[in-house]
Amino acid sequence: MNAFISFVKKECIHILRDVRTMMIVLLIPVILTLLFGFAISTEINDISVAVVVNKYTPDVRRDISALEQNPYISYSGIIEEHDIDAVLRSGKCAAVVMFGRDGKRNVVLDASNSSLSASAGSYITAILNNDKPMPLPIATYMRHNPQLKSAYNFVPGIIGLIFILICALMTCVSVVREKEMGTMETLLVSPIRPVLVVLAKMVPYLCISLVNLATILLLSHYVLEMPIHGNLPTLLGLCVLYILLSLTLGLLVSTLAQTQMVALLICAMVMMMPMMMLSGMLFPLENLPPVLKQITYVIPARWFNEAIRKVMVEGMGITGIWKEFSILLAMTIALFAASIKKFNDRLE
Amino acid sequence: MADTIISVSGLTKQFGAFVAVDHISFDVYRGEIFGFLGANGAGKTTAMRMLCGLSYPTAGTGTVAGFDIRSQGELIKRNIGYMSQRFSLYDDLTVKENIELYGGIYGMAHKELSERVDELLQRLQFIEHKDDLVSSLPLGWKQKLAFMVATVHSPEIVFLDEPTGGVDPITRRQFWDLIKATAAEGTTIFVTTHYMDEAEFCDRISMMVDGKIRALDSPSNLRQQFNAQNMEQVFYRLAREAQRTE
Amino acid sequence: MSTVLPILIKKELTQFRRNKALPRLLVMLPIMLVLIMPLVTQMDVKNISVVWLDQDRSSLSMRMKSHLANSDYFMMQPFAGDYEMALHQLDMGNTDLIVSVPPHFERDLQGGHANSILLVANAVNATKGAQGLQYATQTIASAIIELAQERGLETDTVSLITIENRYNPTGNYRYYMLPALMIILLLLTCCFLPLLNIMTEKEHGTIEQINVTPVGRLEFMLAKLIPYWIIALVLLGFAMLLAWAVYGLVPDGRAGVIFLAAFLFSLCMSGFAVTLANISDTMQQAIFVMFFFVMMFMLMSGLLTPIDSMPRWAQTVTYVFPPRYVINVLRSVYLKGTLLRELWFDITMLAILAVAFNTLATITYKKQN
Repeated sequence: MNAFISFVKKECIHILRDVRTMMIVLLIPVILTLLFGFAISTEINDISVAVVVNKYTPDVRRDISALEQNPYISYSGIIEEHDIDAVLRSGKCAAVVMFGRDGKRNVVLDASNSSLSASAGSYITAILNNDKPMPLPIATYMRHNPQLKSAYNFVPGIIGLIFILICALMTCVSVVREKEMGTMETLLVSPIRPVLVVLAKMVPYLCISLVNLATILLLSHYVLEMPIHGNLPTLLGLCVLYILLSLTLGLLVSTLAQTQMVALLICAMVMMMPMMMLSGMLFPLENLPPVLKQITYVIPARWFNEAIRKVMVEGMGITGIWKEFSILLAMTIALFAASIKKFNDRLE
Repeated sequence: MADTIISVSGLTKQFGAFVAVDHISFDVYRGEIFGFLGANGAGKTTAMRMLCGLSYPTAGTGTVAGFDIRSQGELIKRNIGYMSQRFSLYDDLTVKENIELYGGIYGMAHKELSERVDELLQRLQFIEHKDDLVSSLPLGWKQKLAFMVATVHSPEIVFLDEPTGGVDPITRRQFWDLIKATAAEGTTIFVTTHYMDEAEFCDRISMMVDGKIRALDSPSNLRQQFNAQNMEQVFYRLAREAQRTE
Repeated sequence: MSTVLPILIKKELTQFRRNKALPRLLVMLPIMLVLIMPLVTQMDVKNISVVWLDQDRSSLSMRMKSHLANSDYFMMQPFAGDYEMALHQLDMGNTDLIVSVPPHFERDLQGGHANSILLVANAVNATKGAQGLQYATQTIASAIIELAQERGLETDTVSLITIENRYNPTGNYRYYMLPALMIILLLLTCCFLPLLNIMTEKEHGTIEQINVTPVGRLEFMLAKLIPYWIIALVLLGFAMLLAWAVYGLVPDGRAGVIFLAAFLFSLCMSGFAVTLANISDTMQQAIFVMFFFVMMFMLMSGLLTPIDSMPRWAQTVTYVFPPRYVINVLRSVYLKGTLLRELWFDITMLAILAVAFNTLATITYKKQN
């Protein structure tokens, strides 16, 4: 055990000496959380709209001023009918409202982004209908996230990505680097068990990740106003489990890759892309084709995202997330066993 | 005496508070084998990197092949060859491809280059291995190849940084035969080493201790001066004063 | 200059060819991005599970229910219980949406003073919540209007607004995402490959052997970059062919404009990669920082989420992100047939950024330190 501790010490010294890398590893998660928490959203709050007017009537004026005053519309003036195509094609406007002579109104949309244009269409329709004497008697109510903050969606996703980046990528690159440089051989001939050598490498990254976890949670709660409705120990337990899982993932990749380049490419292709695309962070998982849906079941971030959302936003306790938690735990154990086996195989 | 090809005065390199090379001054003459000796960490490689235009001196002046080491680094590079301590040719290229690459970089014409490649391959008896990937060669061969690459363009000076590190005695011997043959053609050789027996092959040697040059003369004069049987003893006498450890 | 450059490029190409993993990976990447990812990148939310609470049980409410049930978007959930129990189900995440029709809704509506239908969505997932509510509102509204028209009633609630979708009339979201995936392909190739290449040379010391030769900085950089520009354009061509073969997507405008923008974009990103490689000490550092930027480029350039919905300050930041321009060019040309002269701003910005990044790359590459 003493030998293990001295190895851990060596790894910590490595990282502490490399001030530049330390700064990068500690600062980048902060920047990412802030940037994405504030900047990314899928909601539409700035639709640029132009109008074509054939005949001015009080109705038309009322509609135009409704458009002008709406905070989600940026009204860009009156154009000629033959310019509609040019305006939409060049991307100056996302929609044009045509007021016909007969009182008919036609909304022409740039539907190249079908999702955006569908929302824009119904939004504009709603504005133009709004001043009618009797609106439809439908009341809508958003639960848990009344302001529809995308942050609720993205912050868990970002946390998931950051830990994969730090724990998995950094650990495995640093192990593979020693392999590439030949220093690994030296460590492996020492009397300590080889697996412990690699585990020792993971300890400092675990510490760094815990620091990152603290900063990210503080930031998302106090700056991004993510609620933490669930209890803190559950949340922390979940995150630490996920960190361990990411570290194990890094360990596994490091037993497979021989060069840093390959390690990186595995991390990028096999981990990052699926995590971004298939974890439900950006795109809903409900309507995936069945085959891809199956794939999402083996993506840890998918379970993590679901669980952390339940804990933070919906305020569930450990009983509410036992399924996700045990799946993540099982994954960690399985990956760990696989990488230890792989690691020992390689030595023989 | 013969004309000076390297001339250095007060050359210093400092990394923060650490003075790696401390005001060294010396001259190297055309066509000689100049040995640059010292313990590990004495500052040999740092000094050599400054001469090759890889690193700016903190203080001091110097010329290599008539060009200033501070401002005319790129001109120096046209006239020198360099073999680094660490093998630094491309593992994933073949022997021939490596030689041709560097010949091409130095602007050798196609015909001239292919003649030179043949000549070098012949000299090293590498002909049948010319299409082998460098990664498949044993270390001794790699070192010989690195030497060939450093001399492919027939430079005025060749800098060799511990060229025989980790090589078996027979290959080392062969390697020095190569060096001597090259020197006989008029090329100046600037070589660092910590094998003291190799020092005997040099025309003149300098002994570096803690970033300073402590002795500089021909091997026989140095033995006399320090009243020693061989260079080994000269080295021990000087190295005992060293403060620096690695 | 003219003699050394081909030699160096030949060396890069030989090394690339000898690499075991890389060429294979570069064939896999476009296939994965173009074939699989479009299946994933759908914003449309389907299978929203609905709990239907009907206290009216009139012909109107039945019609609403059948409209919802017939829609692709909704899945009616069998449920017996009251509103409180439904809310509990919603909070547990077992259902996405509750529709509650008040008693005597149809009768009251004709009288002109109906209580509102209540729609409650679980908006933890903002997109899903918002879209679910929107679709449900539309569906219910259409049912009301339909009934009103059938009975020949004058309805003030109905007004004559028609909607015309241009450029992507079938509303195929894949067509919108495919150009973005092509950009991701270029982004990954041009950012990571030169970075890995240079860092490998740095860590193996081979770059030092080059540094003691008289090779010029510009030549060395060009030799590193030109192969990747070519690779990037070839990959783009391959991806465009795949998009045509599999999804029938062809550019509405000129392919030349696409390649021009893509080329300038490759210049930008590879210049950026070289700069980063020059200032990094270790591969680990370089990779980590590059991941940071690639994530930013992917998530903040309008590739996956719209730039317009970002706050002002963030939108300002994106002006130095090359992907934002190239994605606009690709989407416009692909879907709208936009002409080169209408895209002058994006092209000019790409050109300026290309010059800037490559100047930086050449400045930061130091042969002597």
